Amino acid sequence: MNPKLTRRRFIKGVIFSSAAAASGAGLYLSAQSAGSAVMERLLTLSINGVDRRVDVAPQETLAFTLRNKLGLTGTKVACNRGECGACTVLLDDIPNYSCSVLTHNAKRHAITTVEGLRNEDGSLGVVQQAFVEELAPQCGFCTPGQVMSAEGLLRANPNPTREQARQALAGNLCRCGAYDHYLNGVMRAAELLS
Amino acid sequence: MTFMHIGKNYTPPDAIGKVTGEIRYVEDYRREGMVYARLYTSPVPSGRVVRIDAEEALRMDGVLGVLTAQDLPPTDAPEEPMLASADVTYVGQPILAIAAISDEIAEAALERVRVDFEYREFVTDPLESLTAGGPDAYPDGNVLNQTEELADENATIRGGFTRIKWPAAEIARLRNGQEPQGVDYAGGWEYGDLQAGFEEADVVVQESFVTAGTPHHSLEPRSAMSYWENGKCYFHGSTQSQSAVLESLAAMLGIAEQDLVLINQATGGGFGSKGRSYPMMGVCGHFSRILNRPVQLRITREQEYYVGVGRPGMQGWVKVGAKADGRITAIDVIIISDGGPTGRNSASASAEHLSVVYTPGAMRLRNIPVFTNTTPKGAQRGPGQNEMSAAIAPIMDKVARQLNMDRMEFRRVNAPHSDSPVYQDRGPLTSAFMTEAIDKVSDLFNWRERESQPRSRNGNKVRGLGVGMGYHAAGGNGYDGLVRITPDGRIHLHSGAGNLGTYSYADTTRAAAEVLQCRWESCEIVAGRTDLNLPHASAQGGSNTIFTHTRTNWVAAEDAVQKLKEIAAAELGGNAADYSIGDERVFRSDDPARGLTYGEAAALAIEMGGAFSGQEFPEDINPITRRSVQALAGTGLIGVAKDKLPKRGISPGLMVSMAEVEIDLDTGKYQVLDYVGVADCGKVIHPHGLSQQINGGAVWGIGMAGFERHVYDPQNGLPANVGIYQAKLPTILDVPAEMKNGAVDIPDPYNPAGGRGVGEPAQGAAVAAITSAIADALDGHLFNRVPVTPDMIVNHLARNQPGFKPLELNTF
Ligand code: FES
Ligand code: FES
Repeated sequence: MNPKLTRRRFIKGVIFSSAAAASGAGLYLSAQSAGSAVMERLLTLSINGVDRRVDVAPQETLAFTLRNKLGLTGTKVACNRGECGACTVLLDDIPNYSCSVLTHNAKRHAITTVEGLRNEDGSLGVVQQAFVEELAPQCGFCTPGQVMSAEGLLRANPNPTREQARQALAGNLCRCGAYDHYLNGVMRAAELLS
Repeated sequence: MTFMHIGKNYTPPDAIGKVTGEIRYVEDYRREGMVYARLYTSPVPSGRVVRIDAEEALRMDGVLGVLTAQDLPPTDAPEEPMLASADVTYVGQPILAIAAISDEIAEAALERVRVDFEYREFVTDPLESLTAGGPDAYPDGNVLNQTEELADENATIRGGFTRIKWPAAEIARLRNGQEPQGVDYAGGWEYGDLQAGFEEADVVVQESFVTAGTPHHSLEPRSAMSYWENGKCYFHGSTQSQSAVLESLAAMLGIAEQDLVLINQATGGGFGSKGRSYPMMGVCGHFSRILNRPVQLRITREQEYYVGVGRPGMQGWVKVGAKADGRITAIDVIIISDGGPTGRNSASASAEHLSVVYTPGAMRLRNIPVFTNTTPKGAQRGPGQNEMSAAIAPIMDKVARQLNMDRMEFRRVNAPHSDSPVYQDRGPLTSAFMTEAIDKVSDLFNWRERESQPRSRNGNKVRGLGVGMGYHAAGGNGYDGLVRITPDGRIHLHSGAGNLGTYSYADTTRAAAEVLQCRWESCEIVAGRTDLNLPHASAQGGSNTIFTHTRTNWVAAEDAVQKLKEIAAAELGGNAADYSIGDERVFRSDDPARGLTYGEAAALAIEMGGAFSGQEFPEDINPITRRSVQALAGTGLIGVAKDKLPKRGISPGLMVSMAEVEIDLDTGKYQVLDYVGVADCGKVIHPHGLSQQINGGAVWGIGMAGFERHVYDPQNGLPANVGIYQAKLPTILDVPAEMKNGAVDIPDPYNPAGGRGVGEPAQGAAVAAITSAIADALDGHLFNRVPVTPDMIVNHLARNQPGFKPLELNTF
């Protein structure tokens, strides 16, 4: 996990923006937050290599911004409280739970989502291709998160052992229990890379 | 028979969208003017709504309206209402919905709603309610008086109230592992001569047991989005099924089936909890009609634990008799189910597990579904069978040990064959190759050699081996198939099953491609929306899709092949019988050069009309299929048929697993070191899909064995599991890094494609192998409880009393 964007820092950020309670929507609610005009709202985010201008509330999570403001619904929100990893995206190549990152804290990072992994010619990215070949997903709801964690691992270590891959995916829950197939997918992706 | 498609891996069309994020789940859809609904849920476990004051909320800018029970068709308790009023029966029960132009406003508005309740007594543990003088979940009674057999495991349970109480002394007897005397039950069944069975037994073992209720944890929180146009309701639902939801959701919305368009491309897990429509869908549909706006209703993870239903917990007692040769002569079982507020239970299916897997000569079930003020219960992967499998495995090991028999051999002696008389009506099975599965898993695991070794002990670590068996009735019949060939030569395989995440909706269409002898690249699967014209299909659950819908695809494709031949005969002369198919052509068997491509034949079908292009159709097809055919008429060659293939007995999904666990005696923690699962699921239809089900089922088994449980605070009725970490599902680090699997791969004679389902028994066999292995590691000690948690192991080893009463359900 990105040391600069820990859960603690996130919570501090939320407290700073005087948010109160976690909502189902990916916003951190606060009676006062509407008035905290000190924060700039119009941000430029670097997403999948493209700069996107977006109006962001101070208490808004990155998952919410991606899904609800930018139409990038590939990122999934399953728990909205940092428990499951379905919302994993890369910030500067490092996997992060986007439900637990304030969008304002993401503005200086290169954000990669599952929509950004296809090759330029439109073919599937290596992890995506390998996951299809191993039929890694079941219901698919955790898959974008698994793909992003695998992508983060392989960017840092293109030749992992199975055990390293297992550790790298340990923050991504899969209720369907497709773990074995996801691991096969990561190992195949490493093969395709070499 | 050599197959072109069956038994081979392929890429199901939705796999690509899943890895790219392009496939859409309910919450990914937006609609012009869409508003957001949120639920106000009950803070009390039992009572009645006296007054709702939503004035202040309604005055907020951006709030569009509230919905309460008064706006909805009434329901009679114990049926689950869409929104509760007269009977509030659990914490977290939806009372009111509020809609606003943004999530934020809807949630802020909830804070301003005031609801006054009248409080009632409540109960969270069935045995407490069954005890004379104990509390009841409803004023009208504590036990469901079930009036109808469940048509299938996803059907709504029906019945009224009754009251059954046992003297405290009999409850105590049950807690101590003894049979209660002179008490009443709500239902049950029996076959064979039970008394004679126990008399001829050389060994008799009796034990009481308890299994926790478990949440489904589907990763996609329940979501719905609906809107109405020209009198039709368009409904995006998170659901396992297509046809089966259409029927029940239309009824819930009070409209005709043809006025409902159900849209579901993908579902983020259901595991039995989304087999048919559920109350929250009704809230969304009615609200969007009343507001005349598209409404999205998405619940939080916490609310998913309230309304997402769960597997019923069970408290029971079992007595098993066996002869010296290992044959089980009699099983007597009592099951008290935690029925939650609806009385939903799986007692009969639990007993069915015993009947099918151990084939006793005589058997009896006596059961009571007790209402509790806990989350509503529903079907969950292998409902009944899997929790029984978990409880019974170590008890059966005890019987084997007393008989001085190898535990695997003991199971082999009792394993079902195709003609074994099983379950209530003692019918046969379509086929069963359980002994073959036992032999195969024993080889893969090297059971004989490993079981004969003394148990290794390494410092504070001990190891144990276990064997488990899983079963589920896995296949129905009588549904419809529909295929269409268009003049461009494309073959459209219409699938009405619904996409619950196993790929079986797609796997089953491979049977049609097989019959049509066509390339897979020429086919496209048509699924996901009612208005794409889909055939009538079973509820997607109960592991039944593979058997049920390879058959429907088979018969529809056979109909298409017959029509291809008739068209060719009409065009080129001779009789249909003179023609063959191959390479997507229909041609004269004696002169293959003379023939038509499928595309040419489809164009002729349109010209010829009648049954060839769907203007006429068989009378026995379901109205859902009929409407689809009518809408498609004239667009190509239509193959459509109801599955009337023979079927004799239950089509079983069977599974045998072996596991090795290592227990840390200091901490009580254990790891599953090694796991092998072998399926008897007939002919393997899709190897990748099968491996997913066996390994995924093993992950579920590990969760049930070790950590998953619903827990309620008996003082306040509050659920303790409202987050993933509190009702933990297994992570990748909780399961072995590699699991082995295999299949017997002998075709079922009652399916031309040969397959049967196996998704559910995969969990049952796994959890049993683990509970069996834990007992083995601890010198045969029986906890008679799942989950087996580290504190239980430590307390046992330290000879401490466990921190809970025997058979208590809500334990931390
Ligand atoms: S949705 Fe972000 S961790 Fe679960
Ligand atoms: S594939 Fe369903 S949750 Fe992972």
